Amino acid sequence: MILSMQGIYKHYYWGKNEVPVLKDVTFSVEKGEYLAIMGPSGSGKTTLMNLIGCLDKPSSGTYLLEGQDVGSKKEDELADLRNKYIGFVFQNFYLLPKMNAVENVALPLMYAGVPKKERLQRAEAALESVGLSDRMKFLPNQLSGGQCQRIAIARAMAGNPTLLLADEPTGALDTASGEMVMELFETINQKGTTIIMITHEPSIAEMAKKIYRIRDGMLDTGEGGAK
Amino acid sequence: MLENIQQAFQSVWNHKMRSFLTMLGIIIGIASIITIVSSIKGTSEQIKQNLIGSGTNAVVVSLYQNEYPYDSNEMGAPDGVAVITPEVRDELLKLDKVSDVSLFYQRDYNTGVFYLSTGYNGKMLGVDEHYMDLYGYQLCYGRSFVEEDFTQNRKVVLLNTQAVSTLFAGKNPVGKTVEVRGEPFTIIGVVEQGGGFKPVIENLQDYEMYADTSSGSMFITNKGWEIAYRFDQPQSVAVKATGTDDMTAAGKAVADALTSSQIKTHDGELSYQAQDLLQQAEQLQAMSTSTNRQLIWIASISLLVGGIGVMNIMLVSVAERTSEIGLKKAIGARKRRILRQFLTEAAVLTSLGGILGILAGIGLAELLGRAMQTPTAISVPAILVAALFSTVIGIVFGLLPATKAANMNPIDALRRE
Repeated sequence: MILSMQGIYKHYYWGKNEVPVLKDVTFSVEKGEYLAIMGPSGSGKTTLMNLIGCLDKPSSGTYLLEGQDVGSKKEDELADLRNKYIGFVFQNFYLLPKMNAVENVALPLMYAGVPKKERLQRAEAALESVGLSDRMKFLPNQLSGGQCQRIAIARAMAGNPTLLLADEPTGALDTASGEMVMELFETINQKGTTIIMITHEPSIAEMAKKIYRIRDGMLDTGEGGAK
Repeated sequence: MLENIQQAFQSVWNHKMRSFLTMLGIIIGIASIITIVSSIKGTSEQIKQNLIGSGTNAVVVSLYQNEYPYDSNEMGAPDGVAVITPEVRDELLKLDKVSDVSLFYQRDYNTGVFYLSTGYNGKMLGVDEHYMDLYGYQLCYGRSFVEEDFTQNRKVVLLNTQAVSTLFAGKNPVGKTVEVRGEPFTIIGVVEQGGGFKPVIENLQDYEMYADTSSGSMFITNKGWEIAYRFDQPQSVAVKATGTDDMTAAGKAVADALTSSQIKTHDGELSYQAQDLLQQAEQLQAMSTSTNRQLIWIASISLLVGGIGVMNIMLVSVAERTSEIGLKKAIGARKRRILRQFLTEAAVLTSLGGILGILAGIGLAELLGRAMQTPTAISVPAILVAALFSTVIGIVFGLLPATKAANMNPIDALRRE
């Protein structure tokens, strides 16, 4: 078990009013799982993803990631957790425009304290594994959306995370590029990396081995239909 | 750290125009400080050179009343002070660190010298055989004093080049006659001090005279002096020290010896004292430095304004790069790393401004020195301090924007895109 959530609540304040976003979310994920979390906009799925990704802390409840209690961590400790255990893939890629492909991929390794030479070697290897070995020195604006997302996936995987966390990974891509990204996810999962994917598209969620649905801040794990 | 600096340069380069405009305040501030400091240093060094560095290592020992020079022009020769004879001079020569001694009379004004009907308002000196050599005077025209001028009480006079230019409009005056207190004196030669056209500056009054219009000096023999001016004032002694560092010691030794041997009726008020040239040099330097120091404060205001400009532009930069900051934090950058990134960028920005400012300042100082005929000296410590200071400005004024960046919440930062 790499992560477990027990009775997680999350609320925000809108002025003085408390707005509940997540209510009593309880689930756990085993190593090697491929999970999709589906829900309409406003359902709380982005908030859930922020919690899973250690970008935010729950208002109450217990979240254990690799046995560590996320709720008790300080800001810099959360940064270290993210760096070590989680690879992020965003809908908008978030590549740094002034850095080329290799430099973008090597960035999280820099924060992990990997020496420059080794960092670049590992970044090149990661780019090779997503099929972009001929685009190493390209800047993001010289590449297509699909290629950018593959760079982002290489960046997420460069540090060998236990969990790949993807937020609408195909949302900004055409169908062909989207399929290519999903194939990559498949390969990554087969090699043993756990994947959690947040999406509202049923066709994308179908690719996962397990689907949880979220509605009005409550996660329904009961009818999780296996593929 | 090195990578941080590389990235910072990259970021500064990416916005060339904006970076340059931001730096401008720093450039102007640093440039004006370097210019001011250079001109202070140049002036100070010139003053020092003029006062002590003319290479003669000469100190004037003269009679003082309490702590002020005895004003013989108004009061005549004091009672109870013995004439300094050649025998006394021989004794002085035996003193440690003294290499030559000359006895002379001097009037700084009210000399009673006329050429035709034109009055002369420079200095008049009545000197012994050693004076001209001691001060390193060289002959331009005519001849210098010879032994017979002294033994036969000849009424002859030497002019320095300034005196020639004020009284004779620079034309060769040799052979002409000037009137000294009603006595006719024949001009036998024109002298100037060795090492080119350097004024003899021996005290504060001299410096001030030189600073506006130097009217020059005339020299007659001490015998001639006694004819023209009688014995109406005390002698002074010029002491040549064995080296520049010995000037103070030699001057003091001679002054003490004269005080104890020459002043007979001792009422404590009169004494011989050496003119402390180093101290006077420092006084002059302090005068020119204090006015310029105020200018430095004004220039510092421009640095302050420049710093605020840097802070402003860094805040803009942080706002523009919100998503970059969010992404970096999301993939594991700690607070301190973000802080360092923006601090480095601000420091690189202001350091570049500092370097450009130093270059501009050096150029400006040279230009100003040439245009206004004032001396400038580039101060290396000032350059180092300016470079360091510009970096510090970046760090200080970068602190607020960098802290803002470091404290960004990654979720908000990513969402804002």
